[in-house]
Amino acid sequence: MTEVELVHGVEISVKHPRDELLRADRLPHIWCPGCGLGIVTKCLVEAIRRSDVPLDRHVVVSGIGCTSRLPGYLNLDTYHTTHGRAIPFATGLKIANPDLEVTVVAGDGDLFNIGGNHLIHAIRRNVDLNVFCVNNFNYGMTGGQFGATTPIGARTATTPYGNFEAPFNLPYIVAAAGAPFVARWTTLHVRQLLRVMRRAFQIQGLAFVEIISPCPPTFGELNNFEDGYAMMEYFRNYSRVDDHAELSTIGLSMKPPDPVVVGNFVDTRKPTYHELERELIERARN
Amino acid sequence: MAGNYACAEGAIAAGCRFYAGYPITPSSEIAEHMSRRLPQVGGHYVQMEDEIGSIAAILGASNAGMKVMTATSGPGFSLMMENIGLGVITETPCVVVDVQRGGPSTGLPTLVGQADMMQVRWGSHGDYEVIAFAPNSVQEMFDLTVKAFNMAEKFRTPVFVMADQIIAHMTDRLVIPPPEDIEVVQRKKAMKQGPSFLPFDFSQDFPPMAIAGEGHHVNVDSLTHDERGYPSAKHDVSERMLEHLIGKIRNNLETIVQVEHYLTDDAKVVVIAYGSTSRSALHAVKEARRAGMKVGLLRLITPWPFPVREVERIGAKAKAVVVPEINYGQIEHPVREHVDCRVIGIHHAAGSLVPPDKIYAALEKL
Repeated sequence: MTEVELVHGVEISVKHPRDELLRADRLPHIWCPGCGLGIVTKCLVEAIRRSDVPLDRHVVVSGIGCTSRLPGYLNLDTYHTTHGRAIPFATGLKIANPDLEVTVVAGDGDLFNIGGNHLIHAIRRNVDLNVFCVNNFNYGMTGGQFGATTPIGARTATTPYGNFEAPFNLPYIVAAAGAPFVARWTTLHVRQLLRVMRRAFQIQGLAFVEIISPCPPTFGELNNFEDGYAMMEYFRNYSRVDDHAELSTIGLSMKPPDPVVVGNFVDTRKPTYHELERELIERARN
Repeated sequence: MAGNYACAEGAIAAGCRFYAGYPITPSSEIAEHMSRRLPQVGGHYVQMEDEIGSIAAILGASNAGMKVMTATSGPGFSLMMENIGLGVITETPCVVVDVQRGGPSTGLPTLVGQADMMQVRWGSHGDYEVIAFAPNSVQEMFDLTVKAFNMAEKFRTPVFVMADQIIAHMTDRLVIPPPEDIEVVQRKKAMKQGPSFLPFDFSQDFPPMAIAGEGHHVNVDSLTHDERGYPSAKHDVSERMLEHLIGKIRNNLETIVQVEHYLTDDAKVVVIAYGSTSRSALHAVKEARRAGMKVGLLRLITPWPFPVREVERIGAKAKAVVVPEINYGQIEHPVREHVDCRVIGIHHAAGSLVPPDKIYAALEKL
């Protein structure tokens, strides 16, 4: 029986089933109503709980931004670093102690604007990281300015006349850089997200998952998604699962009827940085 | 052995097992030597995509429990500034070597400079204190690198070796003592504790550090945070955290500050110098003594924290101090703050050693 308490005459459970993995004393979180980050948190917590790796060995690293606040709510070793630098920080952690299961959770701005160079190099090195990129098509925390993922024509706080800069197609870049595992899902796809996160923990090498998420008060409101639900509706109506999609064609316009192609696009095995480095150290010592 | 190699050997002797860096003249020999030596001792040499990545990687590795270092020169040092602040606020031990060259910008890549002395003190945004050493010999490139690691591990903060191109490329005799004769400080690591554990206990100058993967479930945050590591925008938390970060250095000056006196007791004029310039200064002071002038030399081994008490003492006795530097008066500035006597700066930015004659000429005029 779950322990219950009477609050205003209503029985509520004192403990959330996942309290063990949350810093409950830090709640409520800072995210806006309709934001997808609560769903991402729930999936990540559940994936970690079900992973074969003991909790003490899970480390979650982030940069700066709305998404980067996520690790701070997890009752694990968590590192909230500087804007764009989660990847090199996590690289150092993982190389120094390859027994750690290192996950980076950060936004599109963090990973593809200010930190883009670090990401492609971590992929090139094949550092054994799980990189979960929550893409909300703008800089949410600073008030909704455009970035490298903002679709053409979209209105944001700094594209009042519509964005004319071509956006990045994240799975395409990451696959081209050589990531052994590449996937994309939306916050509507909770089962798939949970499954893909668990798979990412098993991947030897850099596993990249783009998670498309609503950002209702900024990107959403200015681009015909009146609330978080409206964008979830769009995901529901226009997501197309295609694991074998031609990645060059899956850029996002975020305008109906253009599809949001989702799936587990790449799943291969190549030597990791740590495996190759271990060999090098053996050679150097003999 | 050249200074840069001595620095790398010092790091290894101090227990450094993780180096991340990006090649840059005139520091590259440190990276090259580390790439050869670290794998031999089971350590990690990581060549990052830039200096921003390098400093971030060493902070990550330090949080995994390793002794870590990076080395660079002016342009790379500029790129590292933001994450030096991350090292400060997260109290992450690391050693950053800056082999100074001429600037600004790309400046004089192969020639000497000492113009990052203010940047090391103030370059990252926000309030903080730093510990910086300025070696003036190949031997000190070894000895002070060891010391920098000891200080970083004890104080849980980035510590700097502010070398310069002349010291880094100078070849001289190096004595590497047997390991048992080298004092090596090991990091105080947190033991597994209950929920009352405060990973950032501001009531102690040096709280033990929670290492990733050891069961502490610590939140390490670049935001202003409380003793639990939780971010906070409360006024009192910000004050408590900053008082701790600044206080742990200001409260322990006597164990950090290091200077060397040469004939300052009876000196009417004292030269205050550091790094390669202190070698020119010593030459000039010896010449001047031979010519009967009452002059001495105060060498700043730790330019930061600034040796206030030592400089004040000199300022109270001497009628003038002379501050030669390969810059336009960076350390002359705090000297002026702390002495009442006349201060003559010798500003030299030719990408070369300050000629002893230039210092001698200044002494002669006084």
